Amino acid sequence: MRLLGESHKYHLDEYAQHKSQLPGRRLQWLTALREDAIKRFVALGFPTPRDEGWKYTNVAPIEKKRFTLPTIRAASAFDASIVAGLALPGTSMLVFVDGRHVPELSSLRPLPVGAAVSSVAAMLETQPEEVEAAMTRATPRASTFTALNTAWMSDGLFVALEAGVELVEPIHVLYLATTPDTATHTRNIIVAGPNSRAAIIEQHAALTDAAYFTNVVTDITIKRGARIEHHKVQDEGRAAFHIAAVTADVARDGHFVSGSHAFGGVLARVGINVALNGEGAQCTLDGLYMPNSRQHIDHHTRIDHNQPRGTSRELYKGVMAGAGHGVFNGKIVVQPNAQRSDAEQTNRNLLLSDNAEVDTRPQLEIWADDVKCSHGATVGQLDVDQIFYLRSRGVDDASARALLTYGFAAEMAERVSFAALRDRIDALIRARLPQPLEKLA
Amino acid sequence: MNTLLEIRNLHAGVDDGAAVRPILRGLDLTVRAGEVHAVMGPNGSGKSTLAYVLAGRDRYTVTSGEILYDGHSLLDIAPEERARAGVFLAFQYPVEIPGVSNIYLLKAAVNAARKHRGEEELDAMDFLALVRDKLTTMGMDEALLYRPVNQGFSGGEKKRNEILQMALLEPRLAILDETDSGLDIDALRTVADGIQAMRRSDRGIVLITHYQRLLDYVIPDHIHVLAQGRIALSGGPELARELERRGYAWVENGAPAEKSLPSGAAPAGRTATSTPSGE
Repeated sequence: MRLLGESHKYHLDEYAQHKSQLPGRRLQWLTALREDAIKRFVALGFPTPRDEGWKYTNVAPIEKKRFTLPTIRAASAFDASIVAGLALPGTSMLVFVDGRHVPELSSLRPLPVGAAVSSVAAMLETQPEEVEAAMTRATPRASTFTALNTAWMSDGLFVALEAGVELVEPIHVLYLATTPDTATHTRNIIVAGPNSRAAIIEQHAALTDAAYFTNVVTDITIKRGARIEHHKVQDEGRAAFHIAAVTADVARDGHFVSGSHAFGGVLARVGINVALNGEGAQCTLDGLYMPNSRQHIDHHTRIDHNQPRGTSRELYKGVMAGAGHGVFNGKIVVQPNAQRSDAEQTNRNLLLSDNAEVDTRPQLEIWADDVKCSHGATVGQLDVDQIFYLRSRGVDDASARALLTYGFAAEMAERVSFAALRDRIDALIRARLPQPLEKLA
Repeated sequence: MNTLLEIRNLHAGVDDGAAVRPILRGLDLTVRAGEVHAVMGPNGSGKSTLAYVLAGRDRYTVTSGEILYDGHSLLDIAPEERARAGVFLAFQYPVEIPGVSNIYLLKAAVNAARKHRGEEELDAMDFLALVRDKLTTMGMDEALLYRPVNQGFSGGEKKRNEILQMALLEPRLAILDETDSGLDIDALRTVADGIQAMRRSDRGIVLITHYQRLLDYVIPDHIHVLAQGRIALSGGPELARELERRGYAWVENGAPAEKSLPSGAAPAGRTATSTPSGE
């Protein structure tokens, strides 16, 4: 039994004081979930580097901070042109400011019959049973941050697709942080019925350079033959803390495509857990992290091959500059009956400075005998032969380095099929290069 | 004809961090505008070192001697500045650059040189028109423009790509390091035609080669044989055949008493007259 630390007392007191402001407060099942979660949070405590899974990422700075619940701002107090600048053409857009959906800033395009796209808070008002089904189905995870998220959940994206429904246009969810020293806990719920398809872009951006805390949980259920793409664009403020947990439960012949593109924040951790729970289920996990100055960006992924003939493909790339620190921990577990599983994992890292650091840890746990599994991790620097080749063509040293860095990272943008998102990620990569590169018209 | 490149008593080698391992030991070479020089020699004689030293590669260190380009010392000049000033090296092993498209590099290279000369940078349309024209000459597929630099290119495609870059950059001094190696006979002819088309009265070309066969297509004005880090023998184009016949051991063993082959010793062969074209 842990002693109740000061930070726990703080969270308990805060919760007791503010729980009446949380959405769905009249729903008994939700209140019970929240009460349960805050107890679980206290029991678990914040992880420390002694905990398996948090060896390289110290969340003590989050624990020490006294974040408060953001106050709800009127949409009119908000400059809509900022949102317009972040919009992606050809998408339905839902905007959340400090963790609350702002319908006035959002723009939903016509949706096919059988598609529900809304905010979790709105669903709790109109169809709480839908949210209840999704939230209670998810097995309680032994994670401090998920527990905190459940206790404090303010809002989030809700998507439910009936069988065979296909969203041609992606859904763009923009989470904007505007208020220093606040914590937002949002929950995205995506339920894809059999043979349905959709792409969801979850972008995190900020209007403040001060510290704040984003704690986001995304639960994705992919039923038989369905395909969900989930792209995270993490462009938080420079002093932000960002903790994200993505879980995907993939049924027979379903396909989960995940992209995690991490640029912002001072301390960021993304956990992605995929369970291939049906025969022939697939997942594709792409990731890019580019920490510089004193940023710390951690990705922990876990793929469970629970049934036969599952396929997983994972490619993560990291570019560490300044005193940036990247972490990649990728675990693949093949259960005994998951015969003929096919798993490939690659992690490639580029260190641009002497002070930059990366920890890469691929882990394979294979309990079946008829499987194809491969993994590889590399850590390297820019290639001197390549630099000389470019310089011998008149490209100066700094531009050659920027160009090679771009070439390394841009592969992850190129793999994105939706052009507007690809361009956005490309622009974020370019913005992080040590030297601006001319765009090829 | 004015002197484009003058190398005087060059001593150079590779710096391994502790010391410079000497490779070139007193090399002299003068290239005038309009001339094509072939530098031949056995493996390990210092041919590639000469190419790298001229292009300014890191760790290829000059310990004494001089390299004058257009009357100015090239020593202490960054590789990119040499390139912009018109020095071009075609690599023996062109480097693959994943993630950087060929056309991006070509445009960056052309515009860096134009900027250096005080000319306006080419826009995308003008550049594409220019590059298409040169592609046709080199018998290259336009698709190669949009692939990452040299990545997945065949040996022949890589060498053609080097010549394409040379054609676009229009250097004043081109150093071609074993551009003929690894080419089949058709690719060799295309590459040779590409080089031949570059001959001009205001341009100097140095062909570094191990074999004589390229010199059947691009007939040089002068041939030099490099042995043990210096020019052991110089002569006219007929020297190539003599070397082919006798082998490099002939030079390495110090057979020709004179540094220059007496004209009477030249084997009866074709009388080569180089005709600068493209004027």
